[in-house]
Amino acid sequence: MKKSLKLGLGAALAVALSAASGFAENVKIAFIDPLSGPFASTGTNGLHQYEFAADYMVNQNGGVLDGRNFEIVAFDNKISPKESLIQLQVAIDQGIRYIAQGNSSGVANALTDAIDKHNRRNPDSRVLFLNYAAVDPALTNDKCNFWHFRFDANADIKMDALTDVIVANEDIKKVYIIGQDYSFGKAVAAAATKFLGEKRPDIEIVGNELHPIGKVKDFTPYSRKINASGADAVITGNWGADMLGLGKSVIENGFEGPIYTYYAAGSGITAAFGDTGKGRIRLISQGGINPIASEEARAAYNAFKEKYPEGNIDQSRIFNVIGMLAQAIEGAGTADDVVEVAKQLEGMEYESMWGGKVFMRPQDHQLIQDMNVGVHTDENIEFDYDTSGYGILTESTIEMASMDSATTCKMRRP
Amino acid sequence: MDLILVNLIDGLVTGLLLFMLSAGLTLIFSMMGVLNFAHASFYMLGAYFAYQISIYLGFWMGLLIAPLVVGVLGAGVERYGLRRVHQYGHVPELIFTFGLALLIEELVQFIWGKNAMPYEAPESLQFTAFSIAGNSIPAFKVFMIFTSVLIFIGLLYVLTRTRVGMIIQAALSYPRTVEALGHNVPLIFMGVFGVGTALAGVAGVIAGPVLSTFPGMAFVLGSIVFVTIVIGGLGSLWGALVASLLIGWITTFAKAYNLRMEDLLTTLGFTKPEPIWDSAWRDLWTLTSPQIADILPYILMVLILIFRPYGLFGKRDA
Repeated sequence: MKKSLKLGLGAALAVALSAASGFAENVKIAFIDPLSGPFASTGTNGLHQYEFAADYMVNQNGGVLDGRNFEIVAFDNKISPKESLIQLQVAIDQGIRYIAQGNSSGVANALTDAIDKHNRRNPDSRVLFLNYAAVDPALTNDKCNFWHFRFDANADIKMDALTDVIVANEDIKKVYIIGQDYSFGKAVAAAATKFLGEKRPDIEIVGNELHPIGKVKDFTPYSRKINASGADAVITGNWGADMLGLGKSVIENGFEGPIYTYYAAGSGITAAFGDTGKGRIRLISQGGINPIASEEARAAYNAFKEKYPEGNIDQSRIFNVIGMLAQAIEGAGTADDVVEVAKQLEGMEYESMWGGKVFMRPQDHQLIQDMNVGVHTDENIEFDYDTSGYGILTESTIEMASMDSATTCKMRRP
Repeated sequence: MDLILVNLIDGLVTGLLLFMLSAGLTLIFSMMGVLNFAHASFYMLGAYFAYQISIYLGFWMGLLIAPLVVGVLGAGVERYGLRRVHQYGHVPELIFTFGLALLIEELVQFIWGKNAMPYEAPESLQFTAFSIAGNSIPAFKVFMIFTSVLIFIGLLYVLTRTRVGMIIQAALSYPRTVEALGHNVPLIFMGVFGVGTALAGVAGVIAGPVLSTFPGMAFVLGSIVFVTIVIGGLGSLWGALVASLLIGWITTFAKAYNLRMEDLLTTLGFTKPEPIWDSAWRDLWTLTSPQIADILPYILMVLILIFRPYGLFGKRDA
């Protein structure tokens, strides 16, 4: 009696299991980024954009490979590399094959190493790293590997485009560089020094400084130094709460020149700057929002607004990640063999709805795309950020920026 | 020289802000023996409440109402939470306030979301009060200085010159005797907790527009407040003031001037190892004062704990 019960249970379990695998299983993407702490807002907004893009671009169009939907699984890494590695392990143990991460290059450096090791040791459960925002150049140079794909332009590409705009302004004679004290902040400072030196050697760098990331309560002393240095312009790679704090403080304490940034938009930053930042804050990004690049993008943005009335599409590259991944999976004919999917991604040319063609450079897995320099303003803004009336207006576009830039990547392919 | 003056003013603003937080905390600690981990959370609540009120009634009503709401909330927490936990000893009290801090942070994120709120200084204070050598001092900062100084004077007056203050001071050291004399000590405790949290609320109201109002604001200020009251001496209002100003100035000056460890070590007669990037001492040699500015208060605390465990102005052992 007992035995037959066990047998029966076993049979039922087997039936249940095979039934589950008979259904089209979701393609899961682990989203590992800060969902609590000082950078929670940046992470959460990214998560919303991922969930929306997966649903809008893939699931509503019938999924990939005959009906498999994309599913975003969120993991909170508290912006700590250590925590991220734990979450990576959890994600892999759950059978997830795609890891998306973007906030902090420190985390990305840890993840890319861990994923490389894991994939070498466990050929049966390999994963791909979809890096959508960590822009430390090392990730596609010395530290590159076959599993890592970067969908954002790296700090060098961005600085190359940004300095083009800076050197065109004859009034700028002295610049002050300030950033967060970790690999990304250092990369921005190095790139700014290099490109300014090449393009306008007469520009003097009157300050080059790093501050602790996510720990500064009050940026007033830093803005005093910027003022005292006599700088005409400020360059910063700060993001999240650090960008907001620095920008507000610099403007409040009497600095009058332009501020060139990477990430001074969305997540409450645009609303907080409001009128004070008008015409003075410029940022470099991919994807034009104002004017919007295509009707398709307009429809997508409006649908996003319907779902998240207070939200922003401030990282439109997330849509490229989802679109390119879907295309690669379709091309490979499988979502489980990530080597095939990676081979599809390599060298892929993809028509982005946010403007222009994008190209995944095969030699280093760096996405080459149009870069826009925009200004914070309330004029000619169709899609504002933070429902503030203010948004980013594209002023200049560099097509396929740094297409031929050199890379030190020596990629080992499986 | 001009920059020194500007930094003195900036440090004063930071210090006075810290004082408003630590004054309440130090009173609460000395009276009830409870380290209120949720103190900075009440500061955050102050900022958020004031932001919400300012949308409808303007900044000034926010300044008036928000601290009152926070104070009432704080008194409620004491009356219905802490007082019940009190009988089980200090550890459950600590855990209670710790949990409360987490709860408040989640609650704030639940209601207002994780983005920073566009909480701004009032129109009437959005101008430059004066400037020193191109460095403008916003009028709002001057307003912050005046508000905190007024609050300090008010507190000092109430605590040392009025009957209520005397009873509070007596209840601090001899609660049983005060109770035997017919005073309602639990009520005094509740009042002090309420006033302490209301002070944190005021700090939040006036700091929100400057330091930005976001769910992490309690976290970034949380630990430094404890450092302040340990340095100042537990239960001492003057201690809290001096320690706050000290911390404000130390961090401001350390950030404003690039003092380099290299210079210090060279003056002390050490020679720089070459090449520096191969040396085991690289991190020490390349250190600059802005990098360590925010841990200087902690170093000061450790020194104080070693050489004067009861703090600068404390009267009893911590």
